[in-house]
Amino acid sequence: MAELIYDETGRLLFTEEMRKEYTILVPQMLPVHFTMMRQILESYGYNCETLGGNPREIVDTGLKYVHNDTCYPALLVIGQLMSAVQSGKYDKDKVALLITQTGGGCRASNYIHLLRKALKKAGLEQVPVISLNLSGLEKNPGFKLTINLGIKMLYAMVYGDLIVLLANQTRPYEINKGETDRLVDYWMNKLVKEFEQGVKISKKRVVAKMDEICADFAKIPVTEKNKTRVGIVGEIYVKYSPLGNNNLEEFLQNEGCEVVVPGLMDFMIFKIYNREVDVNLYGGKWIKKTVCRVMKKYFEDYQQRMIDVINKYPGFRAPGTFSHLEHLAMDYLGAGNKMGEGWLLTGEMLELINDGTNNIVCTQPFGCLPNHIVGKGMIRKIKDDYPESNIVAIDYDPGATKINQENRIKLMLANTGKMKQFVKQ
Amino acid sequence: MKIRVGIDIGSTTVKVVILDKDDNVLYQSYERHFAKVREKAAEQLKKAADFLKGNPLTVAITGSAGLGVAKAADIPFVQEVYATAAAVNRYVPQADAVIELGGEDAKIIFFRGSLEERMNGSCAGGTGAFIDQMATLLNVDVNELDRLSLSHEKIYPIASRCGVFAKSDIQPILNQGGRKEDVAASIFQAVVDQTIAGLTQGRDLDGTIVFLGGPLFFLKGLRQRFIETLHLDAEHGIFPENAQVFAAIGAAICSDQYGETDYDSLISYLENAVTASSISDPMPPLFESEEEYRIFSERHAKATPATVDIDTYKGKAWLGIDAGSTTTKIVLMAENGGILYSYYSSNKGNPVSVVREQLEIIYEKCGDRIKICGCGTTGYGEELIKNAFNADYGLVETVAHLRAAKYFQPEVDFIIDIGGQDMKCFKIHGGAVDSIMLNEACSSGCGSFIETFAKALGYDIATFAKLGIFDKTPVNLGSRCTVFMNSSVKQAQKDGASVEDISAGLSISVVKNAIYKVIRAANADDLGKHIVVQGGTFLNDAVLRSFEQEIGREVIRPTIAGLMGAYGAALYAQDMNREETTLLTAQQLKDFVHTARPVTCNLCTNHCSLTVNTFDNGRRFISGNRCSRPLGKDKSTLPNIYQYKLKRLQEMQGTGNGTGARGKMGLPFGLNIYENLPFWYELFTQLNFDVVLSPVSDRKTYLLGQRTIPSDTVCYPAKLMHGHLQRLINMGVENVFYPCMSYNFDEGKGDNHYNCPVVAYYPELLAANMPDVKKINFMNFYVGLHQPKEFEKKFSQHMLEIFGIPKRETVAAVRKAYTAYNAYKEEIRTKTQEYIDFARANGKNIIVMAGRPYHIDPEINHGIDELISSFDLVVISEDGLSHILDKEPRKVLNQWTYQTRMYQAARYICSQPDMQLVQLVSFGCGIDAITTDELRDILEAGGKLYTQLKIDDISNLGAVKIRIRSLIAAMQAKEEN
Repeated sequence: MAELIYDETGRLLFTEEMRKEYTILVPQMLPVHFTMMRQILESYGYNCETLGGNPREIVDTGLKYVHNDTCYPALLVIGQLMSAVQSGKYDKDKVALLITQTGGGCRASNYIHLLRKALKKAGLEQVPVISLNLSGLEKNPGFKLTINLGIKMLYAMVYGDLIVLLANQTRPYEINKGETDRLVDYWMNKLVKEFEQGVKISKKRVVAKMDEICADFAKIPVTEKNKTRVGIVGEIYVKYSPLGNNNLEEFLQNEGCEVVVPGLMDFMIFKIYNREVDVNLYGGKWIKKTVCRVMKKYFEDYQQRMIDVINKYPGFRAPGTFSHLEHLAMDYLGAGNKMGEGWLLTGEMLELINDGTNNIVCTQPFGCLPNHIVGKGMIRKIKDDYPESNIVAIDYDPGATKINQENRIKLMLANTGKMKQFVKQ
Repeated sequence: MKIRVGIDIGSTTVKVVILDKDDNVLYQSYERHFAKVREKAAEQLKKAADFLKGNPLTVAITGSAGLGVAKAADIPFVQEVYATAAAVNRYVPQADAVIELGGEDAKIIFFRGSLEERMNGSCAGGTGAFIDQMATLLNVDVNELDRLSLSHEKIYPIASRCGVFAKSDIQPILNQGGRKEDVAASIFQAVVDQTIAGLTQGRDLDGTIVFLGGPLFFLKGLRQRFIETLHLDAEHGIFPENAQVFAAIGAAICSDQYGETDYDSLISYLENAVTASSISDPMPPLFESEEEYRIFSERHAKATPATVDIDTYKGKAWLGIDAGSTTTKIVLMAENGGILYSYYSSNKGNPVSVVREQLEIIYEKCGDRIKICGCGTTGYGEELIKNAFNADYGLVETVAHLRAAKYFQPEVDFIIDIGGQDMKCFKIHGGAVDSIMLNEACSSGCGSFIETFAKALGYDIATFAKLGIFDKTPVNLGSRCTVFMNSSVKQAQKDGASVEDISAGLSISVVKNAIYKVIRAANADDLGKHIVVQGGTFLNDAVLRSFEQEIGREVIRPTIAGLMGAYGAALYAQDMNREETTLLTAQQLKDFVHTARPVTCNLCTNHCSLTVNTFDNGRRFISGNRCSRPLGKDKSTLPNIYQYKLKRLQEMQGTGNGTGARGKMGLPFGLNIYENLPFWYELFTQLNFDVVLSPVSDRKTYLLGQRTIPSDTVCYPAKLMHGHLQRLINMGVENVFYPCMSYNFDEGKGDNHYNCPVVAYYPELLAANMPDVKKINFMNFYVGLHQPKEFEKKFSQHMLEIFGIPKRETVAAVRKAYTAYNAYKEEIRTKTQEYIDFARANGKNIIVMAGRPYHIDPEINHGIDELISSFDLVVISEDGLSHILDKEPRKVLNQWTYQTRMYQAARYICSQPDMQLVQLVSFGCGIDAITTDELRDILEAGGKLYTQLKIDDISNLGAVKIRIRSLIAAMQAKEEN
């Protein structure tokens, strides 16, 4: 059995030996992206598992180990990990937990610490926690985000964004039920196989693949694309995770809407760009700024190529670029507004509206600090600037009921059509 | 003749309307459905059979709970806002906006300009259910509440955000003798404020407003509050005669578009529709068998005091009175601890008269045989009762409960008391209370909460509780606050849960709430080995059982669980060994008179809402005060750094050492300006600006900006900023400076030095939500004070661009500003040491009130510093101590400057025997969800007590007092050991 080794601050390390013996548990957030990322990690010799689980049990476990005023995503992520560790499915001495760490002034950067506290409370201090981050925080000898692995992760993200976007624009209109989802699975498997086979992946190849993917989705027979479009923005976890938002996407689809969910790429670019902005605003090393610039450019380039490919297919609407989002948001917030989703969230709302998606659900954990400002706080001004916009802010929380949330979303949807006849000028 | 039918199924009521072809209402009904929606709808239609039979019908259903029924019965559904809008359009075409209050929803629709609809968020209580809850609390029905409100004289500020909060505001008012009439009107005012603040969110509410929904239709007092608050005349405030059924009328109008049916088919659709039960994974039952329950009952029956017959007993006796938040408990105890007489009942909103009646009964029963030697009072109304009846002792609740628990289990190490309104848990160490946990205002799921549900479902509490005991499939209702629980119960009902399932489920929720929210325990060992449970709620066997199941350990529940406070007070009086009691005699009781009068104290800016109780012989008792001035005594003059800092900061306005030639520079006096004012003041006066601070916050500051607050769950300190900025604008200040700051000063004690997101970016929110900001030069650009060199460069560029100030001038001013800021910090540290020395020289204990810099705002801290000071304690703050120790790694991410100071201060006081820490936490502070646990860990590991005071726009000083007094009692016990 692997020896427990600690670093100088007393943090339990994930060692090379553990890598061979341990199962790494990963919380679920974006099913398509995370599934591909997990499979990539597996191809690097990690035993990984993305978690599911009974929502009620996850919430109950979360409540037990996390202060109930802490944000809901922390409660769910930690609840999901803790209930998996205690489920009896895994050997408690041969399991590690992986959690993302973003840093920044939002309390969300505390997840990893809260998770360790929870493990301690449960008497499971032997379980190592791995931080997945781009900032070089908390290094582990047995888990290294190499450049090669990082680039593959980036590909998974690009492909993931593309597939989710195409699927969202196809699924509501498909004539043969289930065809879209089958194609999603087909492509996920195909792409992962390619990663596993270690094919040398070049930018050119990625563009070609993206083209192939678009072509395949374009082949799905569809009806006229005329459903009410509803955008989803918000705190990253509740925005994406069906567990966090009570299956919001499914609900909206059942209400006869086409959902529009901005991708993960923008968030990643945003987090990189923040470092550059910090140097601009407060000073700092030019080298840091340059590195961030190069990285940002690299990501943006992929985003641009994805947009170009989508634009070749008239049946699909491409998302805006990161710089366009920034341009839109700067009338509302400063570039320095970086905690949580920061100005990006406002930018996404504006981009949706500019693209004709006037109906928006702005999701946030109950009491989310940044969203007081960049979500709920900007709706008034957006409404003034774009009277046709129709935004509802929904809070998610362990006690909030689905029915309560759905009533509010339905109210927003009621505004999309027939209500207009009652307006007075 | 063609007839149109509209059915509106809301969260609590079903409304049916029948229209003829000319839109005349032929029939209408409005009834509570008690979760039996289809049956109620069918029943109401049958009553109207005369109008319906034989006619072709069109039908539509609307309402928040209507969709499921509509689907199941295959009847067309119309979205409720659409239905309402259709009806308003038909009957009140000139309407500009609609306000509709329902059972659980509050809505607003704006028709003019851009269409907007809003509904209360998930944490909002200004609805019918809230009013019902409040009526229950006052022990009147809703109509009586309405009638009372019409003869009010005074409006108390009551938190309107949610029912739980409002309750904790109302209870002390009642217990201190406030008039029910005033409380009733205040409740309605709270609903109005909530609607305006929560729903308009910055949009002006003007033009013609239509008021709809049951509460607004039935309650004249509520209408009056709306009319007065919005300054409406008859032309602009419209209350339609069918307001309670308007959505149903709209549904009837809309039913036009759908196919025809007839009476018999309609009834059969409704009666035969089966809503599928979808309750999944219920929780395990409380008892597997009746036998198991019998053993359980017998075990608990053993913990009981002797019963002594009052009619034959001769000798000494002691009296204990526990005037709790909703109930009054009285015990007359014999020398052997046996109970001669006991009383437990609702205090009916007037504890004084209840106690008086009881005393008369007791005196009569005692006759000449029994001599009352002493009387102790405790509970929320402790002081009032003590003063009213000249009792001998007033005890803080925790002390009374501990005394009683020891009687049943001398080794007791953990007590949990769940009463009607609050939950108290304390750990006992070395025979004294060591750590106290009380439910915070927003997670209370206590006794009165089960009771409210029982009533809503048509049961009394005892019957309701029994229903759950043998239930096989308790429903999981989650464990958040009452408002959320309401919707969980509604959802469970819709999913087909039985009343038994709900009863058992509620009991389990109360317990989970206690264990995981209030105590924050992960397992039984966190509690203790000898646990005594008490409080009226534990008399409910379902609650007791689920508590034992949840912690996996047997506990002691005395048979007098509901009387423990009173029993403890009686035992205490006996311990004191006194011969004569000062309690009013039977004769004096005959002349007893009590009147209560509400007064606003004007002796300082706190403007406390006082209640002046007058008794016979001119005896008086004043409550609601923070300091001792209204009592005719001087304010405490002990050192109090909160007062010192506030005074020092207020001095920082004007032209200082400059000329003021560049005109006025406004600074909104809130959030991080409290921290950085010495810096900005120096900087701007050096640049020859005349610095104008907005006046220190008061309630009016909040009200001034209330309408422009977009997020009702943000913390109160942030909400106040709207009023501060508006004040500056109203004062004609043209330049206002309020910068965005992601980072704070780096004091080198943490891993980073952030501000919280709200402090960091609130200036941007203000700019986006306050229309008048456009009238001024509002400077909210980003600055980073942590990098002086860069700041100097950036800031001088800004000053050059905005005011044409030469860069060299700004650079010089910036340097002086840094010096001034450091000098101020040093001053606070020196002052703190001075205060500590004073305390030590004079034998006083010291309280470190730890919070944020802006917690010295008296509107935010509600005068808690003065309250603490009045208990003969010296008050200092965390920033005077945080520099002493070196940095130490923490188990949480230690990345916010203000929070780091608290950790540092907490670590320091662990080595100071005469210091204790009290943490002020603003409701809604997400960061403090992390710091509270960490601070508790630091303090408990250091052998200190952890006391947290949660504060919001209104604060329940009663609860604060109990905590502070418990803390003092625990400190004394520690000293004695």
